[in-house]
Amino acid sequence: MNARGLRVDIEGLGLRYGQADVLVDIDLHIEAGERLCLVGPNGAGKSSILRCLTGLTEPTAGTIALDGELLAGIDRSAVAQAISVVPSQVDLPFSMRVEEVVRLGRIPHENPFTGATAEDHAAVDIAIARVGIDKLRGRDVRQLSMGERQLVLVAMAVAQGGRLIVLDEPTVHLDLRHQVEVLELLGRLSDDGLTVLAVLHDLPLAAHFFPRLVLLDEGRLVADGAPSSVLSPERISEVYEVDPRFVPALA
Amino acid sequence: MTTQDLARERAQVHHHSFEALRQRPVVLGLLGLAVLVTAVVAGVAMGTVAVPVADTVAILAQRLGLDVPATWAASSETIVVTLRLPRVLTALIVGLGLSVAGVTFQGLLRNPLADPYVLGTASGAALGAAIGVLLPIQIAWLGLGLTNVLAFVGALAAIAIVYRVAGGGGRSTMTSILLTGYAVGSMLAAGLSLAMYLSGAQLRQIFFYLLGSLNGADWQSLLIGLPIIAGGSLLILARARSINGLLLGDDTALHLGVDVRRERAFLLALASLVTAAAVALAGLIGFVGLVVPHIVRLVVGPNARVVLPLSAIWGGAFLVVADLGARLAGELPVGIITVVIGAPVFVLLLRRYRAGYQL
Repeated sequence: MNARGLRVDIEGLGLRYGQADVLVDIDLHIEAGERLCLVGPNGAGKSSILRCLTGLTEPTAGTIALDGELLAGIDRSAVAQAISVVPSQVDLPFSMRVEEVVRLGRIPHENPFTGATAEDHAAVDIAIARVGIDKLRGRDVRQLSMGERQLVLVAMAVAQGGRLIVLDEPTVHLDLRHQVEVLELLGRLSDDGLTVLAVLHDLPLAAHFFPRLVLLDEGRLVADGAPSSVLSPERISEVYEVDPRFVPALA
Repeated sequence: MTTQDLARERAQVHHHSFEALRQRPVVLGLLGLAVLVTAVVAGVAMGTVAVPVADTVAILAQRLGLDVPATWAASSETIVVTLRLPRVLTALIVGLGLSVAGVTFQGLLRNPLADPYVLGTASGAALGAAIGVLLPIQIAWLGLGLTNVLAFVGALAAIAIVYRVAGGGGRSTMTSILLTGYAVGSMLAAGLSLAMYLSGAQLRQIFFYLLGSLNGADWQSLLIGLPIIAGGSLLILARARSINGLLLGDDTALHLGVDVRRERAFLLALASLVTAAAVALAGLIGFVGLVVPHIVRLVVGPNARVVLPLSAIWGGAFLVVADLGARLAGELPVGIITVVIGAPVFVLLLRRYRAGYQL
């Protein structure tokens, strides 16, 4: 599988809710095929950036461009074909099988009248194989463990065929083995050529699995670069207001 | 082996027996059509005066434009064409509409317990009908009774009020729409109680409407209700993709390219229109819109593109059979029959659920 990743250019991005500045003048350029992780304390603006980028929230300032084209001018279904977002949780009203959930990823490609085509079925098969969940295919999603569910949601995003995969804390609720499994999977997807943008809270894992980190604090971009330069002990104590020895891998 | 394992094992066995159907939903559709056609013929043939099945089929075939020699008694033709056929077809279209609306509301509200009346349409329609019964005037409009017209208007007015009060489908969450529906429905129900209290001798007529009945079915109202229900259902089917997208919630639907505001507004309007037409034709018939989609989903999974047409077929067949039962039992209100069949089936489903089924 070889895909060409999406290039993202965010310039001067700002977001205000009433009097509160949620994002202030964010400049962020992500090359096609890059693997990048946003880190920072709660409320730093990580998820807000993702919401602006994926079209859930309208920014109050600045621009976002996908492959040089302004996001504001791209229609919703075209955005859905370009960006796959891994949902942060599954809360299904009905019993659904793994392959049925993965097939939901094909919605932006489906013809509203004729339904799924052979191409859609092939994309579902490929996504299931890429994520390595063939064995779970016919299982009811609600009977799976949290780790397995997370893989199903990633497979759905892969089936969606976006050239950028966005994940908001994909490892929350997972044990260490499943965290590593999901993050290794992201590595493979970026090896395939996809651009990967994630939000993580676990700094050692972020530093280990992502070549580039972006540190945010109070809506501002504080540092951007290789993990070793971004996560200096001084910056950790300043941004997180904790003793940096709590982050052993970095100390 | 623990009890839980046993339950899971048992559920697994059931899953296997359904597996073939799940892979080939078309089979279930064809089976449903066969049941539907049989039910229609039986519904037309059976009754206080039985018409031979051969004559029934021949009369129906002739009406469909086939060249069939007329060998039947003239009275049979009158019974079939004037009395029973409009009633059976009304049952079909009402069952179809309620099932399609049920699937839609369950999908939009992401709640398997939602039924077509969930947003106050039932109380609105009932109040409208009661006013129609109580008004001392008799206006026929396009051959329709005032009761039916006011029921339709009442159902649509209820949903419009809910929609306005809740602030429209876009900004407000489905929860606020649901709660508003409950509040508005309760108010309209109070109005209905008052109307019933004041109705005196006409109470029975209102009551009959509340229980749901196809007794008053005729060609005029069918020909007006049919395009609304059939058209609305087709337009809903064309939006099956959006219903599927909304399964994982608003944010994910947006990420899948679904224009959540617009699609939700469309689907709410269409499902409400279908419900209002069904209620105007047959009164309040419970459980069809709840139980039929449930059973279909249990067999074929939740894909709306499959669940919608199958629920339409089986819902139509179910109400034709239920109405036949109601007639044979001496003109009981069909709403009683659907609940008598529907409620035990529902309880059975919930027991299954606990035994390992995931609804």
